[in-house]
Amino acid sequence: MAPITAPTGAPHARIMGMGSYRPTRLVPNSEVVDAIDSSDEWIQQRSGIKTRRWAGPDESVQMMSVEASRTAIERAGLTAAEIDCVVVATVSHLLQTPAVATAIAHELGTDGAAAFDISAACAGFCHGIAMASDMVRAGSAKHVLVIGVERLTDILDLTDRGTAFIFADGAGAAVVGPSDTPAIGPVVWGSDGEQFDLIRQREDWRDVVGSDDQPGSGVMPHLTMQGNPVFRWASFAMAKVGQQALDVAGVSIDELDVFVPHQANMRIIDAMARSMKLPASVRIARDVADQGNSSAASIPLALDRMMLEGEARSGDTALLIAFGAGLAYAAQVVTVP
Amino acid sequence: MATTEEIRADLADIVNEVAGVDADDVQLDKSFVDDLDVDSLSMVEVVVAAEEKFGVTIPDDEVKNLKTVGDAVAFIERSQG
Repeated sequence: MAPITAPTGAPHARIMGMGSYRPTRLVPNSEVVDAIDSSDEWIQQRSGIKTRRWAGPDESVQMMSVEASRTAIERAGLTAAEIDCVVVATVSHLLQTPAVATAIAHELGTDGAAAFDISAACAGFCHGIAMASDMVRAGSAKHVLVIGVERLTDILDLTDRGTAFIFADGAGAAVVGPSDTPAIGPVVWGSDGEQFDLIRQREDWRDVVGSDDQPGSGVMPHLTMQGNPVFRWASFAMAKVGQQALDVAGVSIDELDVFVPHQANMRIIDAMARSMKLPASVRIARDVADQGNSSAASIPLALDRMMLEGEARSGDTALLIAFGAGLAYAAQVVTVP
Repeated sequence: MATTEEIRADLADIVNEVAGVDADDVQLDKSFVDDLDVDSLSMVEVVVAAEEKFGVTIPDDEVKNLKTVGDAVAFIERSQG
């Protein structure tokens, strides 16, 4: 048996820089209410959402990702050539293959970085951060670019009362690199495939296209969601996961500065905060009110905004928790870059 | 065994905490939706808190039958048996 050289990595990993891209079009509730026979008041009461960002024709998954990434790489004090792995979390890049990550890596000007997409829906960004942290510490990569990006309007049924007013578009990015001290805690993650159908693409592509015997629907397979069971799972089961992420990181709830849950719905955010008994001193991301729910992009968008607005400061301790279709979830404590 | 009034009072505290409804308004004849303005998402929160408080299980299918505070108290009493 030939001896094999073991990979060597950094002692610890940290988030070095964040970036985000929000589509220019801001869509108020008044523009979505007619198709779902609803009202601004009902939407706000039900979700806390006042406006959402919807991408225009030129704001593709790739374009939004590149814009967010350029900012993140610059803030990390790096050049694109120093990025050696690109991980893209998305469920709305509608070309099945190849991964959009390779095109993004190329457009950014990386030196042929490893590049691939991951599919964990709204939980994707925190999955990406966990993998990036492990890659840096194991030596598989030195600087990993993690992108959460969605163009959910492409798969949104504008007449569906359960989803039309919720989902949105955008991109967020983080560069993860080496650190002398721990700055990304252990991930707490998992799935519950028994609840596979709670949030899902309505039908398989083959049912859309059909066959000679069975004509297809010919209609884009939209997102569908069962709101109340998702609310219950997210508000309570996920609050316990958040506490576990604090516990494994050795951080007490009183030491927490910032809470950045997936921006699914303000009601879920409020219920989680109550359920976790977060102290009033913890600053909570509430980007969903203006941005809507942009799935994999929601956490980096929300954290980047808090940093820009001074609500999250460099060195702060933040709890990230992402959850969604699968059902899948991931949470970790990080130091704000 | 907790009395009907004790269960109602504990449930009233839960409804107060979740939905900001005055606990004195949470009486047996009151409808969660029509009288107390507790919507379906708040109802989920009330149910989860009630499950913990009273040590019972309230299935999703059952929640839609709990229209009044009295319905909920009766269900909890039956479950505690």
